[in-house]
Amino acid sequence: MPTSFVLNGKPTTLDADPTMPLLWAVREFAGLTGTKFGCGMALCGACTVQLDGQAIRSCVTPLSAVAGRQVTTIEGLQSAPAKAVQAAWVALQVPQCGYCQSGQVMSATALLEKNTTPSDADIDAAMSGNICRCGTYQRIRAAIHAASQSIKA
Amino acid sequence: MTTDALKARLPTRRAFLKSAGSAGALALTIGFTWAGTTRRAAAIAAPDKGAPFAPNAFLRIGSDDSVTVIAKHLEMGQGSYTGIATIVAEELDADWTRVRVESAPADAKLYNNFVFGPMQGTGGSSSMANSWAQLRDAGAKGRAMLLAAAARDWHVPVAELTVDKGIVYHAASKRQGSFGSLVRTAATLPVPEQVTLKDPKTYTLIGHYPVRVDVPSKVDGSAQFTLDVVLPGMLVALLKRPPLFGATVRTYDPLPAQAIPGVVSVVQVAAGVAVIARNFWAAKLGRDALVIEWDDSQAEKRSSSDLLAEYRSLAEQPGLSARKDGDAAQAIKSAAHQLSATYEFPYLAHAPMEPLDAVVKLSASSCEIWAGDQFQTVDQSNAARVAGLDPKQVSIHTLYAGGSFGRRANPGSDYIVEAVSIAKAHGADGTPIKLQWTREDDIHGGLYRPMYFHKLEAGLSDKGELTGWRHHIVGQSIMADTFMAPMMIKNGIDPTSVEGAATIPYAIPNISVELSTVKTGVPVLWWRVVGSSHTAFAVEAFIDEVAQAAGVDGFTFRRRLLEHEPRMKAVLELAAEKSGWSSSPMPKGRGRGIAVAEAFKTLVAQVAEVSVDDSGHVRVDRVVCAVDCGTAINPDIITAQMQGGISFGVGAVMHGAITLKDGRVEQSNFNSYRVMRMNEMPKVEVYIVPSSEPPTGVGEPGVAPAGPAVANAIFAATGKRIHVLPFPNGGAA
Repeated sequence: MPTSFVLNGKPTTLDADPTMPLLWAVREFAGLTGTKFGCGMALCGACTVQLDGQAIRSCVTPLSAVAGRQVTTIEGLQSAPAKAVQAAWVALQVPQCGYCQSGQVMSATALLEKNTTPSDADIDAAMSGNICRCGTYQRIRAAIHAASQSIKA
Repeated sequence: MTTDALKARLPTRRAFLKSAGSAGALALTIGFTWAGTTRRAAAIAAPDKGAPFAPNAFLRIGSDDSVTVIAKHLEMGQGSYTGIATIVAEELDADWTRVRVESAPADAKLYNNFVFGPMQGTGGSSSMANSWAQLRDAGAKGRAMLLAAAARDWHVPVAELTVDKGIVYHAASKRQGSFGSLVRTAATLPVPEQVTLKDPKTYTLIGHYPVRVDVPSKVDGSAQFTLDVVLPGMLVALLKRPPLFGATVRTYDPLPAQAIPGVVSVVQVAAGVAVIARNFWAAKLGRDALVIEWDDSQAEKRSSSDLLAEYRSLAEQPGLSARKDGDAAQAIKSAAHQLSATYEFPYLAHAPMEPLDAVVKLSASSCEIWAGDQFQTVDQSNAARVAGLDPKQVSIHTLYAGGSFGRRANPGSDYIVEAVSIAKAHGADGTPIKLQWTREDDIHGGLYRPMYFHKLEAGLSDKGELTGWRHHIVGQSIMADTFMAPMMIKNGIDPTSVEGAATIPYAIPNISVELSTVKTGVPVLWWRVVGSSHTAFAVEAFIDEVAQAAGVDGFTFRRRLLEHEPRMKAVLELAAEKSGWSSSPMPKGRGRGIAVAEAFKTLVAQVAEVSVDDSGHVRVDRVVCAVDCGTAINPDIITAQMQGGISFGVGAVMHGAITLKDGRVEQSNFNSYRVMRMNEMPKVEVYIVPSSEPPTGVGEPGVAPAGPAVANAIFAATGKRIHVLPFPNGGAA
């Protein structure tokens, strides 16, 4: 049974198993490969996307759950906080292997869209679900603060 | 990149991939590895029409002024692409904004690793050391030929020409020309035999902060990993491997899997039973439905506690000597004070964020592989053997790897061999098949950092002088039973088991380092910083105990024993100074610890600061790191690698353990195999020792001192020594 939803602002219908995790539907049926597979159990955050503006783990979200709703992936980031996050990520040279970074950018964007001046504790709370095995955490924290500054400016 | 630009790019990339089947290997590699900026994306859509100038196997300059550096090393996060391009671009005097990097095709001759070859491969933190001389020469020769071309085109003496950011100038005639305008002539000129390299004082890229070539594409989701490869007609395979190491398939029923919509076939291979499907989810459901009866008769069924008991007992018997200076046993026996300690290290998984994956397109006469390939020559050879082809018929497209930490370089090429065997069992009909591991496959998959048991003893004189040191290491050999064993194992000693211990830097008159090598059914492999992932902990934690017994602080005690090692002494002093070791004592409940290590010729010292609350919960607040890696090609990447290495090392000692219960791995995903997360990351400060020595590596060495520095800091805060890893309270919230 096809599932219809809005993907990065475009009405989209995917003819995939409705129990299939959104991650695989977006990657293999919509062809958007920026969202990554890391654990399959909502433990690492590599698959983070936004569902109606909330950061969610697409690896445990069945496709059927997004019917009629708005999904935003790394490819569809448009908001000012998102652009500030991506610019800060480049300015501070955050990524190493880069595999987790789509998820990091999505989680950081969701944080800044709700809280433009997050504290370190806010960052810990919002970002501790996103694992980076390269250990770019210190730069992620600094980049979120930098993005926060640029949004306010 | 704007969203529109990104959207515009997607069909381009897909179209590009579509043509991959007929395109040459090189062209395909270009498409995959160009970083995803608008400018570079445009280059894919409109390839350079002029004949490029390619003076050697590492450099190509287009008439559009593009400078393409061909990287023989895998980019797995360590910054190799940027470092390699920096070396070439410096000597070439290229415009950094026009430099792009492309991965080299697998070719052991052209792309040999001089550090551990003859073979192409990435590891041992060797990329910069291996590239330094070769790529400066490559860049300088390219520059010389462009100058010669300008001299010929403009009828002026070469000596009057200057170059800056990809433009050649002749001041007297006020002529100037971009590299691109000179490639036609340059391509007709002979490659000079010898060139003069730049005076390091004139460097504008090396030692400066050229931005990473891969960052833009890793921020907008466009970077291409193996996970992202899409080829026409491609199928996805998941492999069910045995629950015990060494078990094999007795019988299996493919029917329940075949009943899943989307499943194409079920095949048995040496490593297990594979389900091949039209997409990941169908393959996953198919694999879940498989019914397999395993033959456990040859399997490893022991528990970690069984192995530990065996290792502990072996440590009491003589081992093979890895180093013997004087008579350590006698020196300790006759010393005024004797100390001893044991240290237990668990198996560790690499757990790179991208679970292992490879795409294989196998036909009767060729095998094409897409992977974040770390060991091209070995993988070519193993793939050829399994496919029944000649290694020359195996081509490899090396893509970005989503981390590795050593896992993607293994002598048996496990994941590549699996993918090729599956493609073969599927009929070798040219269908591209992507083998995808899940996280559970990764955590259960073996090739771990070996489990080790260390026993150390020391003797101190009345004056607090360290007179004798005995170190006995018990554990599996990484090299044993691999093709590398004959080259690496001498007199029964696998150097990767004892590096960092047999090479203890301290001036001690009597030293004995022994090794007892055991065999188990658990496959093992090098893990970031290899031997020093355990030896540095044992040496640096025990030397701290000795210092305490001598009544001297850890910094001063080490420093006295490093008078003959000026570079190591210098990093130790730098870390101590920057941390405030002597100038700012820690309050109650907090502690500071120091450790130093040499790995792959890079010297690193770290001072860790921890807080320990009443419940014993440890928080690592700060790590000050000093590093001497010779010439600092890119200080920002060196800093990043130290930050990352510290995250990796501290996470491992706090949480990391793969344990066996009756042969079964007890962990399965990031809930049970815990790693460092944001809320635990210490603040890291990195200081780089200025040096004009040739560069050494930074991908691994930062890991080595991190664990023991933290353990020594915990002692300073609590008075408790840590002898069993991971830390008992590391996981307490």
